[in-house]
Amino acid sequence: MNQRAPIEEQIDLPFVESLRISFQSLKIRFGRSIITTAGITLGIAFLVSVWTNNEIELALQESGRSSEITGLDEAAEQGISTKDIWLIIMSLIVCVVGIANSMLMAVTERFREIGTMKCLGALDGFVVRLFLLESGFQGFAGALIGALIGLLGAVVLGLKNYGFDLFFYFPLLPAQPENGPFQLGVLLLILLGCILGMILAIIGSSFPAWRAAKLPPAEAMRTEV
Amino acid sequence: MSDIVVKTEDVVKEYRMGSNVLRALDGINIEIQRGEYISLMGPSGSGKSTLFNMIGALDRPTEGQVYIDGQNMSNLSQRQIAAFRCHRVGYIFQSYNLLNVRTAHGNVTLPMIFAGIPDKQRNEKAEKLLDMVGLGDRMYHLPDELSGGQRQRVAIARALANDPSIVLADEPTANLDTITGREIIDLIKKLNTQQGVTVISATHDLKMLDVSDRIVDIRDGLVERIRNREEIEIQVGEVGGHE
Repeated sequence: MNQRAPIEEQIDLPFVESLRISFQSLKIRFGRSIITTAGITLGIAFLVSVWTNNEIELALQESGRSSEITGLDEAAEQGISTKDIWLIIMSLIVCVVGIANSMLMAVTERFREIGTMKCLGALDGFVVRLFLLESGFQGFAGALIGALIGLLGAVVLGLKNYGFDLFFYFPLLPAQPENGPFQLGVLLLILLGCILGMILAIIGSSFPAWRAAKLPPAEAMRTEV
Repeated sequence: MSDIVVKTEDVVKEYRMGSNVLRALDGINIEIQRGEYISLMGPSGSGKSTLFNMIGALDRPTEGQVYIDGQNMSNLSQRQIAAFRCHRVGYIFQSYNLLNVRTAHGNVTLPMIFAGIPDKQRNEKAEKLLDMVGLGDRMYHLPDELSGGQRQRVAIARALANDPSIVLADEPTANLDTITGREIIDLIKKLNTQQGVTVISATHDLKMLDVSDRIVDIRDGLVERIRNREEIEIQVGEVGGHE
């Protein structure tokens, strides 16, 4: 016990161990995790619904049946209208700010936990990796649910506006019409939404986690929220 | 026996608060022998917790050096500091600082996970330690389901997980009632006498007096005086009367 040997170097933990700790933490803080995840879900749902709605409009216009379909705005005959672009940009901003905010809060209230883990011998990198895993998982799950909700919302709205014609021209896959903008297709949109949600969640949490991990433990533990 | 485990040399710590500089430690020089039970005493704001943080490598001094086991702490790499916190020191805090997402058992195994101890071995060790602190029947409870005294026992078990040579206790009894506080002090003292662990405790709990080998009085960031056990024993009766 009474070592006088020179102080050794701390070892790296196997990845499985980090995975286990991060899942355990998500599971026990389930209620809190859900709230954080809901922030991501809302942002992505908004983005995906606006975007999908836009894709549906484009697809119906491309179908050449725009004159037969009631409700399709004739003024916005070709391409994306300025209004739509604005709506997409706005939803993107709401999404970015919402996710960054909920991740930031979720990490800040755990500064003390970070300090404590460092007291017990955690390396800075380990702490960051833990938050990266947790937020990546939360981001992906939240965004996937959000994308599906957004899709559902857009479909319901589309049904109301255009009736069942919607399903004949549903823009599921990417398409490049002869005269018109490239259409991403809903599947790709969902994938993009998920990736975006995950990346934003990871950035939103690993930056404050990295900052907290760099602090001396005494300082991290002093932080009260 | 003059086996010095902790030595500080003119340790200064300043905190910057806006344009003001607060000098929490103003040149501290102490030497602590292996196996000693040391109490750092002083009113709040005296700098004792700051000194505690310096000795435990939880914060960096602004000036001066801290040597532990003859090693200058400011020369250590990140990895060495992490290993130092993991293996050589056990920390006990006033507010327990248990991870609320892990059970008592999970809290005790965590430092052993960081030390790379295999699953089975660390589980057994955690059970043994929790048994020792008298929590054998509450091992799988979350900290929220435990009383203050029980949480502090978990913290003690966790501090001992990697067989540290030094236990640092920052106001371990401040949040506890007198009787529970007494039990925690006795437990820490037992580690000191039976396992030869060096105990360094920041406190202003007078109950800590009669178990300490030496008391370092800190005032305004300076060592005011160092009292030995013999001098203390005279005062204990008097102090006990007030309790």
